Amino acid sequence: MANHDPIAAPVSALTVRNLTIDLPKGMERKHAVSGISFDLKAGQILCIIGESGSGKSVTANAVMGLLPSAIGISAGSIRCGDVELTDASPEVLRDIRGRVVSMIFQDPLSALNPLMTVGDQIDEVMFAHGEGTWDDRRARSLALLAEVGLPDPELMYHQYPFRLSGGQRQRVMIAMALALEPAILIADEPTTALDVTTQAQILDLIRDIQRRKGMSVMFITHDFGVVAEIADSVIVMEQGVIVEQGSAEQVLCNAQHPYTKRLIAAVPHLSDNDRTHEEVARSAPVIEVDNLRKEYRSGSIFFGKERVVKAVQGASFALQPGRTLGIVGESGSGKSSLGRLLVKLMDSDGGRILFDGQDIAPMKEAQFRALRPKIQMIFQDPFASLNPRSTIGRILTAGPIAHGMAPANASQEARALLEHVGLDGGAFDRYPHEFSGGQRQRIGIARALMFKPKLLVADEAVSALDVSIQAQILELLNDIQRETGVAMIFITHDLRVASQICDEILVMQRGVIVEHGPPSQIFRNPQSAYTRELVAAIPGEKIAA
Amino acid sequence: MAGYLFNRLWQSVVLLVIVSIIGFAVLNLTPGGPLSQFALTPGMTQEAMDRIAEQMGLNRPLPVQYLDWGWRLLQGDWGTSYRDGQPVLDVIGRHITATLLLMGTSTAFSIAIGTWIGIHGATRPYSIFDYTVTIGAMVALSIPTFWFGLVGIYIFTLELGWLPAGNMYTIGDGSVLNYLHHLIMPSLVLSLVNVAVWSRYMRTATLDVINQEFVKTARAKGLTERRVLMKHVVGNAMVPMITLAGMQLPSILGGALVTETVFTWPGMGRLFLDSLGYSDYPVVMGLLMVSAILVLLGSLIADLLVALVDPRIRVS
Repeated sequence: MANHDPIAAPVSALTVRNLTIDLPKGMERKHAVSGISFDLKAGQILCIIGESGSGKSVTANAVMGLLPSAIGISAGSIRCGDVELTDASPEVLRDIRGRVVSMIFQDPLSALNPLMTVGDQIDEVMFAHGEGTWDDRRARSLALLAEVGLPDPELMYHQYPFRLSGGQRQRVMIAMALALEPAILIADEPTTALDVTTQAQILDLIRDIQRRKGMSVMFITHDFGVVAEIADSVIVMEQGVIVEQGSAEQVLCNAQHPYTKRLIAAVPHLSDNDRTHEEVARSAPVIEVDNLRKEYRSGSIFFGKERVVKAVQGASFALQPGRTLGIVGESGSGKSSLGRLLVKLMDSDGGRILFDGQDIAPMKEAQFRALRPKIQMIFQDPFASLNPRSTIGRILTAGPIAHGMAPANASQEARALLEHVGLDGGAFDRYPHEFSGGQRQRIGIARALMFKPKLLVADEAVSALDVSIQAQILELLNDIQRETGVAMIFITHDLRVASQICDEILVMQRGVIVEHGPPSQIFRNPQSAYTRELVAAIPGEKIAA
Repeated sequence: MAGYLFNRLWQSVVLLVIVSIIGFAVLNLTPGGPLSQFALTPGMTQEAMDRIAEQMGLNRPLPVQYLDWGWRLLQGDWGTSYRDGQPVLDVIGRHITATLLLMGTSTAFSIAIGTWIGIHGATRPYSIFDYTVTIGAMVALSIPTFWFGLVGIYIFTLELGWLPAGNMYTIGDGSVLNYLHHLIMPSLVLSLVNVAVWSRYMRTATLDVINQEFVKTARAKGLTERRVLMKHVVGNAMVPMITLAGMQLPSILGGALVTETVFTWPGMGRLFLDSLGYSDYPVVMGLLMVSAILVLLGSLIADLLVALVDPRIRVS
């Protein structure tokens, strides 16, 4: 393989010229990407950034020759070295895939075959290209596992993917992609599904390996924070067109195109200032939690292998009306368990939850039912949390009607609320699939507001959304809180988001609240080591304005 | 894993007991009862009837009869046939091979063909092939098995004269070829419905898997399309199919009953019908237990196979 020297005038590892890819007829636009040209310079990291539907993933798949059959390249060229990829035969493409160009994907949970061991899956890349004997390949696989920083490669080799954490799986994907020392690595949102600290580690790993091997990396992301961490040069895509390209410094510090500016502005930053509230006098708390506990038990008592996971240990806090409490932590920190305990989707093992002065923790479902409308939840996935076979009207009114509201009143209320959250009243008779992710999350918010709740629990409510949509939804929640004085618990893994919307923040680690304070303290003067670690892992703080 | 196996075996035993109680109760509650066949004998008196009942232990309360039957069953004594006085186990033993041969051939055939059609259809969805087999499957599913049997006999025996209309072999000719010749039509007819079922499920299972990320990963590795399909797609699609195969067993057994009757195949299906006709309760109960054991064994093996193939099941 050619030895790329990043200091010498970089040659182009991949040259894309006037590439146009058609979408099937009847889609909202004609081309997935139209007439794009760019170079991936040898030994560099090129970030392609854009929101969902911008055509960035389609571009990556086109390079790999992995476009779905309904989508085809209609014009332009993709050259990799001397090979033209757009009209290469399947055999040539297959030979290039994994050997010259490798790819890693967004969701490490689904990108590995669940029925094959990690070792077999790495081995397969080399096997497919006829490399080495079984013993050579095994030795190489073990070396790769060590190289990507996985503990105990020998053990890892025989492990099945479901045993591994998200970060470990992404490391396995990277090991697989590196097996044949490809010249080009395409990374399609490889850290989007990961926690901040894991994301920082994977970004470090990719950059480190790229430098050591002189690889060229095409890194696809929607997060300008990630771009600031890793990119040498940047391409900004909107609606299938490149609106801006240049060096990372150029684009980040001196963006020209309004869309780029908008994207950069939408990146949530840590805010230094705590939110100020005029009327939050010393009103009585809506909810007061005292020493709340929850344990999960797994395994069987009979066979003596019972495991106890302490999901929530001795959580205590209070929240006044009109204020927002953030609960942040990584996956497995117990933040979602705490949220589920508060809305009684799950019973606690001990402690008290005083809601409006009543202890709801020991209540049975029948007793709690009357209070349920007062505590509402907004869910993470706006695609999964709305019944696809119900109209928006039904989704909004079913709950209140079940709680005794007259149907006519309920529909009137629902239409008013839809307008309130920024959708037109016509949405009432339509179905969830007709709406975008952001719109669905607005519907989710309207559904929660139908009950005039005193407490809203939002579990990762903006995590699945593009940054610009994220900003709009946060704004909406803010407005609603100002108007209605609802108290809000905002569960998130994104510290930047938390800093923008919360009055106080709880940081959780392995079921324990390790820090509790206003955002200014948590982010600028963290007291616990874990909080400091989390804050340090936030990508892209250097572009903070 | 050992704990899981133990649990499953234990459940199977409980199920067998429940099946036997229901079977015993239903049989003995039907009008007529085991003595009805003697009542037809000319010159039979009530006195003689009572004596026979006494001899056979049929005058005892039902629960006692059941416990007695069950106790003997555990000791290996499944009772004697009312019809010819032979031990039930011997009677069933003479017929079970024929049924297992028919079921085995037909299952192997329908899995092979059904899986192939399913994969082929899923990789070319909405193609002419896909539409043709979809319609074919609907036809096969909506027409009863015995009709296909009769049509088969009409075409291949009466019109073309290629295949025998029934029985397992020609008397006096015990060659393997002769057996195979007789096996073709019944096993194909019995397979028809199962091929339809299998191909539909396999198509869905394959389509579920084929759009998953790890299939894209496999392609991105530079694997051949054939290996992507066989190893990654089919490997994962087979997991739900193994469970399905276990659950299909009762329906194949039921289908065998009809098919055996149409083709005078000397298996358990024929024996079952004949024994019912004669009110030969010990044989009917024996057949019931054998089929229940077969079905439970089938789903147990299927569950173990799934656990063997899928590491995630092994843990939970």
